[in-house]
Amino acid sequence: MNPVNYLYLAALLFTIGASGVLIRRNAIVLFMCVELMLNASNLALVTFSRLHDNLDGQILAFFTMVVAAAEVVVGLAIIVSIFRTRHSASVDDSNLMKL
Amino acid sequence: MSVPLLHGAGSVHSVWMAAAGGNTPSIPAPQLEYGQLSPMLIVFGAAVAGILAEAFVPRRARYTTQVGLALTGLAGAFIALIVLASQGYGSTKSGLIAMGSVAEDGPALFLQGVILLAAVVAVLLYAERGLDPRTEGGPRDAFTPQGSATPGGEQERQATRAGFASTEVYPLTLFAVGGMLLFPAANDLLTMFVALEVFSLPLYLLCALARRRRLLSQEAAVKYFLLGSFASAFFLFGSALLYGYAGSFRLPEIADAVNGTATTTAGLAISTHNDALLLIGLALVAVGLLFKVGAVPFHAWTPDVYQGAPTPVTGFMAAATKVAAFGALLRLFYVALPGLRWDWRPVMWAVAILTMVVGAILAVTQQDVKRLLAYSSIAHAGFILTGVIATNRQGLGAVLFYLLAYSFVTLGAFAVVTLVRDSKGEATHLSSWAGLGRRSPLLAAVFALFLLAFAGIPLTSGFTGKFAVFQAAAAGGATPLVIVGVLSSAVAAFFYIRVIVLMFFSDPQPNGPAVAIPSVFTTMAISFGVIVTLGLGLLPQYFLDLASKAAQFTH
Repeated sequence: MNPVNYLYLAALLFTIGASGVLIRRNAIVLFMCVELMLNASNLALVTFSRLHDNLDGQILAFFTMVVAAAEVVVGLAIIVSIFRTRHSASVDDSNLMKL
Repeated sequence: MSVPLLHGAGSVHSVWMAAAGGNTPSIPAPQLEYGQLSPMLIVFGAAVAGILAEAFVPRRARYTTQVGLALTGLAGAFIALIVLASQGYGSTKSGLIAMGSVAEDGPALFLQGVILLAAVVAVLLYAERGLDPRTEGGPRDAFTPQGSATPGGEQERQATRAGFASTEVYPLTLFAVGGMLLFPAANDLLTMFVALEVFSLPLYLLCALARRRRLLSQEAAVKYFLLGSFASAFFLFGSALLYGYAGSFRLPEIADAVNGTATTTAGLAISTHNDALLLIGLALVAVGLLFKVGAVPFHAWTPDVYQGAPTPVTGFMAAATKVAAFGALLRLFYVALPGLRWDWRPVMWAVAILTMVVGAILAVTQQDVKRLLAYSSIAHAGFILTGVIATNRQGLGAVLFYLLAYSFVTLGAFAVVTLVRDSKGEATHLSSWAGLGRRSPLLAAVFALFLLAFAGIPLTSGFTGKFAVFQAAAAGGATPLVIVGVLSSAVAAFFYIRVIVLMFFSDPQPNGPAVAIPSVFTTMAISFGVIVTLGLGLLPQYFLDLASKAAQFTH
């Protein structure tokens, strides 16, 4: 199968993730959309790695997984703490600083 | 029974190894130059020691231990940096280390020095515990006693009464500093991405830990986290596309692929025909970096996060993050993509103009000191971008000098903000700053000095920096940009002067804020800011020479 198709899929997933971040309201869903974008990047990296016949891309894909895991730890901690205060994870409710 | 099984496992293993060794490319073990990596290693080591101290040192002794560890680690790293610079790394010796992943060259060493000094000042601000009135539970710093407790809840009250303190902020800051040291030195996109995350993640947490106004603080953390991780996802996808184009993450090899001088492989023969990969990749990576810099249109997080975060953290972010992010931006544009400058320069022109104009105009409408400083930092990002666009050695030196000057002015200004307080904590609304010059002439004079430096009035560091940047931009053929820069400086000067007039020439409010008496830590931080601001304004030549000597990237 032509590797370029995987790139189209990666671009599609990235776009779905990015539009999700812009459209959705729930902080957890936003966060999942960011993870989707990271996974789209992984798919692109692995495809390019195959295309160029070297391992650099696959190595960054591993690093991305580790970083994504660390981001989950930090992100969920922040989201849970704000949820316990406000009983809502909607990002529209976080508007104390509007002008 | 078990012996033959073991034998079986062994033979299977050796067969598998032989098969794997036959035709897959093997990864050679990297050779690391520990001496040249030592500034980062010392900071990371101190951070890990801080985590262990958090686990094993009794609560009473933690504050002293953590402050000592943090300051020692930062000072040690700074000394290591000076030793490296005096040995000629950064000027005469090649700075490429860690298999070419890290470049300890002139700009990297200079910016690492600025980051370390800024971090020392920030840790001094963190360590301040004399501003809140002393009540039961002992002295209080700027951070919540327990990050996990609900704001205003019973658990929080108990934690306050028991005198808990979030001493985790020191190791978190050290981790962030370590990432920031690596970021401007990262010579491939993989290292850059990891460094970006290493310094961002602790900052997200630090934002959420304010003692007063915790709702604002948590809100700032959520916004910073969601937008920050969004931006890093862009950076990552951009890196993937650049890798797809060039077949490597190394910035010099990307430059080779752009210039067409790379050794052709089957993959490169296909990918370098596709400029879309290169241009979209460049755009996405630049989005990730411009977000960290706080350039318009990626600035939306800046005012909210600066306002909500604990003020010492805001000062640290405003100074050190900007330095690190500009370092990476410079390296990307000057090392990886100089061959593409006719494509990226027009876009960066637009970004720089927007950043200067929007930052300056929106700052005029602000009523909160921290938000005002945030918009001012956006405008300053625009001024620094004009130096980046110059794409000559003079511009690089000017940007380095500007970052040095700017970070200490901004840290000093936020340090002053921590001192003006009323019963609810810091009084950040501008109206409550009216007449501050009559109540506390010294503090108001110091703040006025910082504001004049922001405005770029002669005899302050801000003037020297701005002059250098604009001169370089004009030499690099960006005269219209300089004109916009000067005009928006004038607009910006209006609101800085407005605050000075408010402080000195209006009557104090009857129940206005009081100026807290700072301990030695904040006094040291503010004095350092004043000394650097005046020093770089009156006698800038040594540091200008240093910056222009450092302004040479290793390829």
